[in-house]
Amino acid sequence: MLISCPHCGARDSQEFAYLGAADLQRPDGLEASLAAMTDYVYLRENPAGRLRELWYHRGGCGRWLVVTRDTRNHRIEAVEPARPKGTEAGA
Amino acid sequence: MRYSVFSLVSQALRGHQGWQPAWRNPEPKREYSVLIIGGGGHGLATAHYLASRYGITDVAVLEKGYLGSGNIGRNTTIIRSNYLLPGNTPFYELSMQLWEGLEKDLNYNAMVSQRGVLNLYHSDAQRDAYARRGNAMRLAGVDSELLDREGVRQMHPYFDYDNARFPIQGGLLQRRGGTARHDAVAWGYARAADQRGVDLIQHCEVTGITVENGRVTGVETTRGPIRAAKVAMVVAGSSSQVAAMAGLRLPIESHVLQAFVSEGLKPLIDGVVTFGAGHFYISQSDKGGLVFGGDIDGYNSYAQRGNLPVIEDVMEAGMGLWPGLGRIRMLRHWGGVMDMSMDGSPIIDTTPVEGLYLNAGWCYGGFKATPASGLCLAHLIATGAPHPVAAAYRLDRFATGHLIDEKGAGAQPNLH
Ligand SMILES: Cc1cc2nc3c(=O)[nH]c(=O)nc-3n(C[C@H](O)[C@H](O)[C@H](O)COP(=O)(O)OP(=O)(O)OC[C@H]3O[C@@H](n4cnc5c(N)ncnc54)[C@H](O)[C@@H]3O)c2cc1C
Ligand SMILES: [Zn+2]
Repeated sequence: MLISCPHCGARDSQEFAYLGAADLQRPDGLEASLAAMTDYVYLRENPAGRLRELWYHRGGCGRWLVVTRDTRNHRIEAVEPARPKGTEAGA
Repeated sequence: MRYSVFSLVSQALRGHQGWQPAWRNPEPKREYSVLIIGGGGHGLATAHYLASRYGITDVAVLEKGYLGSGNIGRNTTIIRSNYLLPGNTPFYELSMQLWEGLEKDLNYNAMVSQRGVLNLYHSDAQRDAYARRGNAMRLAGVDSELLDREGVRQMHPYFDYDNARFPIQGGLLQRRGGTARHDAVAWGYARAADQRGVDLIQHCEVTGITVENGRVTGVETTRGPIRAAKVAMVVAGSSSQVAAMAGLRLPIESHVLQAFVSEGLKPLIDGVVTFGAGHFYISQSDKGGLVFGGDIDGYNSYAQRGNLPVIEDVMEAGMGLWPGLGRIRMLRHWGGVMDMSMDGSPIIDTTPVEGLYLNAGWCYGGFKATPASGLCLAHLIATGAPHPVAAAYRLDRFATGHLIDEKGAGAQPNLH
């Protein structure tokens, strides 16, 4: 599987580390109910199909990326920086 | 028909013309007392124990493909009970004891072979960790032996003992561990359950779960609706998909694990060996192929096939342990989709939907669990209370903090 890093170009998936679902919203730690925190830490949609997920380009630019991939056939639809342009540290 | 040496001889004299199919192929009835979704090892074992131990025979197993088409027919057949944590050890030991009596219980040759499982260690720290696990096993009444380097060399002289980077210092041995013929386990449970009246419905995919006022009332399938007051989800790898039909989200991600088999060889390695400095394990099947595997691919997958990086990784680890493997040709490789749970341990429990049961999260170690998993789920369905050895496998442990994390890897399924 090749992942086209927006910074480095198409690279072997071995250069990347996988975290998992990208769109989990962390509830406010102090205010959050136990149920909301449990949901965030442990429960997953785990779709058979399109999944937005976080990959880290450890063997390249060292940036976090959001990869949109079909979990049934590994077809990659989009690769974007995890932080939108202009909001990266130092930008 | 009971299988015995007499049935074999009499069939041999008649040219093997009289064998009967091992189970019926019935039409689904409109209603059952208990429905089991998933005709893998765990679903079929549940049906067998419901019928044989708890006298509940008005049961159907609904399987979307053919019996044994899932992970039960894809795994590397290793059975063992060498776990560390109190939530796990008694469960896997019960499973081991059930394996030891399985063929009598089922009247079926599952080729259970207690050829030993040896985990190699390669550093002082790893030795200490293995010694701790071995002691925990002994405290729970499970056999274990800590071998030094010479002890390992006597058993397996062909490993690389001069490897400077990953020196073999010794191993933790469970002699009662070993292998079993995976599809024979599915077939044996299927036949035994069928003989007690359980309906095995193949090519019947569950497409919906009907819930009224918080109670399950049945399922929708590709062969029409079927009613039942008790429904068990036993669909390894597809658990999130099926649970979503009842509006549940699970602490599970689906990942693919690959396995490999070599060309057939004369007896070469006796027992199961795991390499502790990378992820690699190997044994030899009775047909002669070397059966081996390693890590999961590492990202969510419903593709029943794996990718090249893990293949390379497995081969490298294999060569690190046993350079002679380089002379052997690989014949086949395949993948299976498994439920990786958030703490690496399984779930056998009721759910927030009344009458709906969950058996899931077996990760890459659910084959060895097949007998105890079936027995404990049958116990829960029949009595309403968890079986004592499976009491820790609760669905709410993720909320209460009673995780069973053998590796201490945290809520990251691809690290378990
Ligand atoms: C490559 C590989 C190697 C492994 N090696 C080992 C090992 O050495 N030792 C070990 O202990 N474990 C091992 N495992 C893990 C073990 O195989 C699994 O944990 C175990 O088989 C899962 O339980 P099961 O047998 O019930 O699953 P399965 O056989 O997968 O059964 C689940 C069934 O549910 C069916 N299903 C799914 N959705 C639906 C639906 N909607 N309607 C109807 N039916 C449905 C599927 O078709 C499937 O037949 C390995 C797994 C793999 C993939
Ligand atoms: Zn990059």
